[in-house]
Amino acid sequence: MSSFDTEAPPPRPRRPWTVVERGLAAVGLSGKALVIAAPAIWLTVFFLVPLLVVFGISLTVKQFGRPPYTPLLTNEDGTVQLTLHLNNYIRLFTDGLYISAYLSSIKIAFISTVIALCIGYPMAYAIARAPDQWRNILLMLVILPFWTSFLLRVYALTGFMRGNGVINNFLGLFGIEPLVMMQTDFAVYVGIVYSYLPFMILPLYTNLVKLDGALLEASADLGARPLRTFLTITLPLSMPGIIAGSMLVFIPAIGEYVIPALLGGPSTLMIGRVLWDEFFANTNWPRASAVAVAMLVVVVIPIMLLQKAQDAVQDRERAK
Amino acid sequence: MAKKPQLAIDTRPWRDPDAKPFVRIKNVTKRFGDVYAVSDVSLDIYKSELFCLLGGSGSGKSTLLRMLAGFEQPTSGSIEIDGQDMTEVAPYNRPVNMMFQSYALFPHMNVEQNIAYGLKRDHLPPAEINNRVAELLSLVKLQDYGKRRPHQLSGGQRQRVALARALAKRPKLLLLDEPLGALDKKLREETQFELVKIQETLGVTFIVVTHDQEEAMSLATRIGVMNSGEIAMIGEPTDIYEFPNSKFVAGFIGSVNMVEGIVIEDEPDHVRIRSGELGCDIFVGHGVDCAPDQILWWAIRPEKITLSRDKPENAEDANVTQGIVEEIGYLGDMSVYQVRLESGKHIRVTQTNTVRGNPDSITWDEQVYLSWDDNAGSVLTV
Repeated sequence: MSSFDTEAPPPRPRRPWTVVERGLAAVGLSGKALVIAAPAIWLTVFFLVPLLVVFGISLTVKQFGRPPYTPLLTNEDGTVQLTLHLNNYIRLFTDGLYISAYLSSIKIAFISTVIALCIGYPMAYAIARAPDQWRNILLMLVILPFWTSFLLRVYALTGFMRGNGVINNFLGLFGIEPLVMMQTDFAVYVGIVYSYLPFMILPLYTNLVKLDGALLEASADLGARPLRTFLTITLPLSMPGIIAGSMLVFIPAIGEYVIPALLGGPSTLMIGRVLWDEFFANTNWPRASAVAVAMLVVVVIPIMLLQKAQDAVQDRERAK
Repeated sequence: MAKKPQLAIDTRPWRDPDAKPFVRIKNVTKRFGDVYAVSDVSLDIYKSELFCLLGGSGSGKSTLLRMLAGFEQPTSGSIEIDGQDMTEVAPYNRPVNMMFQSYALFPHMNVEQNIAYGLKRDHLPPAEINNRVAELLSLVKLQDYGKRRPHQLSGGQRQRVALARALAKRPKLLLLDEPLGALDKKLREETQFELVKIQETLGVTFIVVTHDQEEAMSLATRIGVMNSGEIAMIGEPTDIYEFPNSKFVAGFIGSVNMVEGIVIEDEPDHVRIRSGELGCDIFVGHGVDCAPDQILWWAIRPEKITLSRDKPENAEDANVTQGIVEEIGYLGDMSVYQVRLESGKHIRVTQTNTVRGNPDSITWDEQVYLSWDDNAGSVLTV
């Protein structure tokens, strides 16, 4: 019955971290808070603050001088005045150029995304269903182009598509007149689809490789032909991959500058080029900033919609 | 424990040489690279049977089932279902449905949609699909779960959805791959019973693949024991247990004591085998296809041996040996005795505990006699 002979619990082993932990606790910090704080501080300094600066500039007007825009805050005889100019934004809605540039960007990004999906899905499916020893090699081939500069690859496309390029020279062998491909929307589509295809394939692959083969067999067993099985089983179950891949292609494609600049013609209107022209040709920083902020809104809305759709799909799949 | 369907003699078509089999597997071989998963298997299965393919992993039982479903093509041989050659027919054109080991329920569809999937493929009118789904849901007692998704169900419920989905198209033949494998013991016993009941009510032919011999014994009308791609034995559960045709079958099903011996008397009505391991002669009360001086094996089930303190009389001066009790496992309904013979061989004996709390029962380190009937064991030549 005696409880005197119970031994004291062994002392906790001292780990090097214990000291750090105590030190942090003394100033009211925990390791968990630090881990969360690190990316939060990073995002604040390098994303949120610059974004606010851009937003601030968008509310000023252009002036000659340095910086090339009117100050937001002026101090006259001790009176601090905040001047917000909304005319940049009003201009975005009244000047047809901007609206058509946005619409055209969305259209080009959307069509490119659809084309990338149509090309990427079969490729991702084939890789996911390939024998094990082939799978990594095929994936490597998808990723390999990243090892070359993006700019260089886009530029190399001109070598294929220009008047005396590879394609036209080949067609010339059969006596076919050279096709005009460069400086057209077609070239822009080729450029965007080519550049962003891996971003479509990779999320689709990670999704499709998880697909349980028994589900496809069960579908066949219940009388569904392969096409029906694809439409009723494979496609709905790969929705998260389709959404993720489409987001990764659509969003950067909207703001794409390099591809339309190198491959597109004067008629290819994309918001990235408008932005560039405002900044560097017109040195109109406030207008350019307003264009950038509006573009952010244009991009964020589809992201939010897609994210919501993806969450819904994942909720359904959770705890499968 | 599930109850076996009580079959009258005339409902055992495999005993009738003129009966027409429903599924006819003829010389089927399946090779993956250099490996023979199934080699030269021939098997006839009759209408309304509940046939169990029993075997360890890698025995080829699942491959055989997948060939019946059409997911694998035989390398050679043919498969006939209901008189039609099905060897080359695609899975979606076969009058066969399968219940998968993993259940393979479609995660993005609810229970009703899962069950209706096959019916929709047949383009049945919506009203009929609804009726059929409701019927199946009540058959598997899941009426209130129609709108749930598979991940919202327990393992047992998922198993029943899988069964309902496989039965929805009223297949002539239902293939079940380890149907109870993922369930815990208690649920398995309940479900076994339900499965047999459903099979009897619908009269569908079931082919069940399992590695669980107890499951096979209690479910099946007949069992096909498979070993490394070949059928080792086909028979009713009692045949398989009491009259195994080989050392493999005797050892695979239940527990068994196996000893080696040499034939010293080979008469048409009896055989005498001398076994050094056993320390006595074995008198077998029926003729055996063997030759004098042939070495063979004799197998006896633990419950067929009687233990006694006094030496029992035996007219043939055989079938009695002695040993020392080394271990006793008390299981409640019976006790398992491990007896060491003079040769060092261990024999497993089970005795039913018929007397309540018997103070006089045989105990550790006691010298005991083991005896058995003339026909209690099986003589095995392979």
